[in-house]
Amino acid sequence: MIKDVASAFEKRTGHRVKVSLGASGGIYSQIINGAPFDLFLSADTSYPRRLEQQGFARPGSLTIYAVGRLALWTRAGSGVDVARLDMKLLTSANVRKVAIANPRHAPYGQAAVEVLRHFGVEQAVKPKLVLGESASQVLQFVSTGAAQVGFLPLSLVLAPSAPKDGRYWLIPEGAHAKLEQAAVILKGGKAPPSAARQFLDFLTGSEGKKVLERYGYSLPRDREGSRP
Amino acid sequence: MNWDAVFTSLKLASMTSVILLVLGLPLASWLAFSRWRWKFLFESVVALPLVLPPTVLGFYVLTAMGPRSPLGYWYAELVGSPLPFTFEGLVVASVLYSLPFAVQPMAGSFAGVDRNLVEVSWTLGVSRLATFFRLILPAARNGVVAAVVLTFAHTMGEFGVVLMVGGNIQGVTRTVSIDIYDQVQELNYAAASRTSLALLVFSFAILTLVYWLNRNSSLWPSAGRR
Repeated sequence: MIKDVASAFEKRTGHRVKVSLGASGGIYSQIINGAPFDLFLSADTSYPRRLEQQGFARPGSLTIYAVGRLALWTRAGSGVDVARLDMKLLTSANVRKVAIANPRHAPYGQAAVEVLRHFGVEQAVKPKLVLGESASQVLQFVSTGAAQVGFLPLSLVLAPSAPKDGRYWLIPEGAHAKLEQAAVILKGGKAPPSAARQFLDFLTGSEGKKVLERYGYSLPRDREGSRP
Repeated sequence: MNWDAVFTSLKLASMTSVILLVLGLPLASWLAFSRWRWKFLFESVVALPLVLPPTVLGFYVLTAMGPRSPLGYWYAELVGSPLPFTFEGLVVASVLYSLPFAVQPMAGSFAGVDRNLVEVSWTLGVSRLATFFRLILPAARNGVVAAVVLTFAHTMGEFGVVLMVGGNIQGVTRTVSIDIYDQVQELNYAAASRTSLALLVFSFAILTLVYWLNRNSSLWPSAGRR
């Protein structure tokens, strides 16, 4: 997703964008330990908010750029009934392992636990849970067939790199807390702050929005920099 | 301290050490004494885990153990449950990952045994197996102990491969190093430093033991006396 936005931005402005990917918590740790990033796009709002409070981010730069959706994902040939892919399937014997991102630090993992609780299957599914270090590791676990199903951000499911025989069930939005994703401009960056601002505006502008929608993100209602 | 994780790591390290002692002895003695011209190929394979990133090894192991691979499918059919995300799966991965840490010190110390003595033993009619257990093994015992201790310590500190194939299940596949990683990720730096310090002291103690045992010889093949 972000690489698509970055290359469109490079074409438009002539700036060069270097993208470092990782779990939000991990990148947060790197930032407070002096990583020279200009802009931080988190998978939640708590890490950016904390960076703002602790003085690592430019005050007032926090912007909700997308609202994520969660999907239950499997592959054709995984042995589960993909035609009836929903929460009831998780308790069936065909499903031995259910992969989620580690809820101790991954926002999408926390959302997955909320979904299990919402549908009243938390106790039944708990012994089947395996934890990925990040959402992309959940994708890997299910891709290799090691786990039959997994909870993934819709953006990963819809990414062109995801296996073509993937099948998903979109989790109803009310089943978990809203997955708002925020960005902040950082003080420790090397680029002029105006360039980081320009990228953030591009991301929340019409071109960025098109890419975000393609990856299944819904967008915050107030586009003009909504501030929580 | 997460004692479940400590116990899982200790159990994993012990089992890996025992298995690699059993597999390592014949493999190392073959590597030390064989004059086969293609031997270097096997030496390279044994050393591979030293240079491969754990992510590569972990990814191969995960793919090979998964039900989409013939090997993983066959295992699941035979045993009744698939290997990934089980303790047994971690043992398989650790044996592969720690292989050079067991085989290289053993092979080095076997090669250091006086070749003349070995050949005299053979010409006196002592069988190759008896020569190995009564002459070579006692003479090379420090190297073998070092191999076991290094394997144990290296498995205690294993991270990447466990992260790739373990699935982070409390009491089953969550090891100490994974627990530290989780603590750092959830910004619980106080707990992370406590566990890290314990692991640091433990590793130092183990290495001190190894180097004390080998204070008169070299640990690695090709280095030191031959």
